Amino acid sequence: MSESSPHENFKVIGTRPIRPDGVDKVTGRALYGADYALPGMLHGCVLRSPYAHARIKSINIAKALKHPGVKAIVTAEDFPVVKGVMAQVGELIVNTHYLSLNIMAREKVLYDGHAIAAVAATSRHIAQEAVELIEVEYEVLEPVMTAEDAMKPGAPILLEEVRTKLMEHRTDPGSQEGPDRPSNVPGHIRFERGDLVAGFRGADFIVEREFSTATVHQGYIEPQNALALWSADGHVTIYCSTQGSFNVRTLTASVLCIPEGSIRVVPAEIGGGFGGKTTVYLEPVAALLSKKSGRPVKMVMTRAEVLRATGPTSGTKMKVKMGATRDGKITAAEVWLAYEAGAFPGSPFAPGAMCTLGPYVVENLRIDSFDVVVNRPKVAAYRAPGSPASAFACETVIDELAEKCGIDPLEFRLRNGAHEGTPQPAGPAFKKIGFVETVEAIRDSEHYRSKIDGPNRGRGVASGFWFNGGLQSSATVNIHTDGTVSVVTGSVDIGGTRAVQAMIAAEVLGVAVEDVRALVADTDSTGHTDVTGGSRIALATGMAVYEAAHDALTQLKTRAAKLWEKKPHEVAFSDGAFTAIGNGVPPLTLKQLATRLARTGGPVTGRATLNAGAVGAVGNAFATVCVDVEVDPDTGKVRILRCTIAQDVGRALHPSYVEGQMQGAMAQGIGWALSEEYFYDQKGVLRNSGLLDYRMPTCLDLPMIEALIVEVANPNHPLGVRGVGEVGIVPPMAAVANAIYRAIGVRMTELPMSPPHLLKAILDRRNQAVTQAAAAD
Amino acid sequence: MATVVIPALLRKFTDGKDRVTANGRNFGQLVDDLERQFPGLREQLIEDGDVKPSIAVSIDGDMGTGGVLEPVRESSEVFILPAIGGG
Repeated sequence: MSESSPHENFKVIGTRPIRPDGVDKVTGRALYGADYALPGMLHGCVLRSPYAHARIKSINIAKALKHPGVKAIVTAEDFPVVKGVMAQVGELIVNTHYLSLNIMAREKVLYDGHAIAAVAATSRHIAQEAVELIEVEYEVLEPVMTAEDAMKPGAPILLEEVRTKLMEHRTDPGSQEGPDRPSNVPGHIRFERGDLVAGFRGADFIVEREFSTATVHQGYIEPQNALALWSADGHVTIYCSTQGSFNVRTLTASVLCIPEGSIRVVPAEIGGGFGGKTTVYLEPVAALLSKKSGRPVKMVMTRAEVLRATGPTSGTKMKVKMGATRDGKITAAEVWLAYEAGAFPGSPFAPGAMCTLGPYVVENLRIDSFDVVVNRPKVAAYRAPGSPASAFACETVIDELAEKCGIDPLEFRLRNGAHEGTPQPAGPAFKKIGFVETVEAIRDSEHYRSKIDGPNRGRGVASGFWFNGGLQSSATVNIHTDGTVSVVTGSVDIGGTRAVQAMIAAEVLGVAVEDVRALVADTDSTGHTDVTGGSRIALATGMAVYEAAHDALTQLKTRAAKLWEKKPHEVAFSDGAFTAIGNGVPPLTLKQLATRLARTGGPVTGRATLNAGAVGAVGNAFATVCVDVEVDPDTGKVRILRCTIAQDVGRALHPSYVEGQMQGAMAQGIGWALSEEYFYDQKGVLRNSGLLDYRMPTCLDLPMIEALIVEVANPNHPLGVRGVGEVGIVPPMAAVANAIYRAIGVRMTELPMSPPHLLKAILDRRNQAVTQAAAAD
Repeated sequence: MATVVIPALLRKFTDGKDRVTANGRNFGQLVDDLERQFPGLREQLIEDGDVKPSIAVSIDGDMGTGGVLEPVRESSEVFILPAIGGG
């Protein structure tokens, strides 16, 4: 691991203090959603569809209701019919009609695991028994499981009201835009510039390939959960595992058609999210069961429910054609992307198109991207949504072009590398970015400069691009009477962000980080704060903490001035001490001044609220990775020998957590590359709904991931910070594919590159060679 | 006048032009002028008096938060983009 170079003026930022929430977590005392309990609490369970596509002809709950211990049952009939409104909820653009239908099916079920009814009972076992007593009559319909099939003329239609819309993420029911016929393709966008024909005409080499990627899950360890209490006064309190408590409040209110202000959401400690916990599944159901029963209701998903019914990320089908001159300049690129959205519109097809080719200067390009509904669970965000799949396709083609040009793959990237002023695929020019620096960091690394020896071993590289989130954050910095400090935000802490917020406040206020406690407040206790996602918490909430700490500092200077009978501008602050300019009074530390606050006007609280802009507004992140593999040509098994990631992080506030994000993202990317995959049978039923069969990498599958921190300061942030949480997952799949090619000469175009898929590709290549040899004879 | 870069799939409203010019001190006024020149374009961008949730607007490289109130200068370059979210 590398050491970042702390700014010479920083005392806290760039150091590695111990995580303040660590002890509670490793001793099992931290409270997660499933740990919460209330007096008289009931337990809820959900009845889920065994079919991927079916019409619900009837639901009979009579037997279940009579089951001893059952206190309430809800179906779609208990939910209000929600009008199709497109709402911006933090970073999400949500169609509330479809959100409601995803939470509880009405008229049709659209995937294996789709919720149909929910039961609240005095125990979880009774609730499970009652669920099995609910009688549902179905008319089974033909499922459509892939984007390729769903786009074919005559494919079964999932949502009769959907029409293809242009330049849209989502579709509104009943929209008449686009061709006026039902479609499984709710959205299509295109980015186009230059002259594609001339670009390809000017190429010495052209590579054209098709790719596909499987549906994969975020794989967070803690299942979704919710404990809801609908009080007699109409107020609802929800304890849950979420990346965004304010999201839960807004979305639950919209589904239940109740005022947002009547809901208080208390975010528990979170056992991973990676984007998957930015929406709601159980919260409105638990709330409605609580209303109906008059008692608090807790619901906790099983692992199978998590895999069957929460949002994974899209499977894709992709086509890439790219040309380059002999000296390694990309002349043209034509990219076609289709992202599976699951049962309802809303895949990451737009960011996938906006990010692919982001690291490069490409004058002539056309990128078409499609949102496609299929009979799978509605996708949710997953770390850099959309970018990993499209990067897998384009970065593999770039590797092949580099080989045809006879140029080192990193050198090829440097010759085409984007920099400040380069137009992004979607049009706007990049501001200061550090892509080239990440390539140079890998090129100059001990890893890349080392030799890779041995049979069936190869080394691959790839790069990736992702945006940084901005959005809204609030922060409060309280100065306590003993000089300790508390920082309160609404940002759920997934990746150690409480420690980082404490470090920022400590840096500004000149106190020890151990004297600062950072807390995550519920929705009634802090100002609006958007979701923990989009790599935005250290970045944007950090910005709010920075401003709030400065607000507190300004007030403290005023108090010191009062003590010294000076004007505030006559008070200076440095090295953690206040001094009066121009006279000999001894300096006051913050701790000393804190004891005098009562006599100078009362408590000091710094506040800040901000909107740091849309996702992509405050910065951009790049990463380049290098992976060594060894392939067993008899089984198709791939072993990762060594991997290194270089990422532009702007400034590493806490280098250990930055490295952790880089390593975690890369580990997930390797799982996506080699083993993770949803297996559906011909009827559209998920056959690997457990972690024994849904194979995520463990520590036994991975070597230590070397993290090279690159710091190209973000000009849009007061501390130069960039978001670090996501971009590391973008390049690994292509890097592994490129390494496999270097090892055994097989170009993999399908994910995962698991033993069955890779072995088939190896055998196909052998058979092809035999056939060619026979033909030559 | 500000330059507005029209997304590929909306160029059917601008006779195939990828760049057009329009007047306005903010994005809302810019769209009003675009609508005068190219009827039908406003409906693609504006909903309930503000920028559609599915649309993001980049003005001189910055994606602001002001929606129709986002300031535009005479020399501005405006891109109309899909809004996106992270994980």
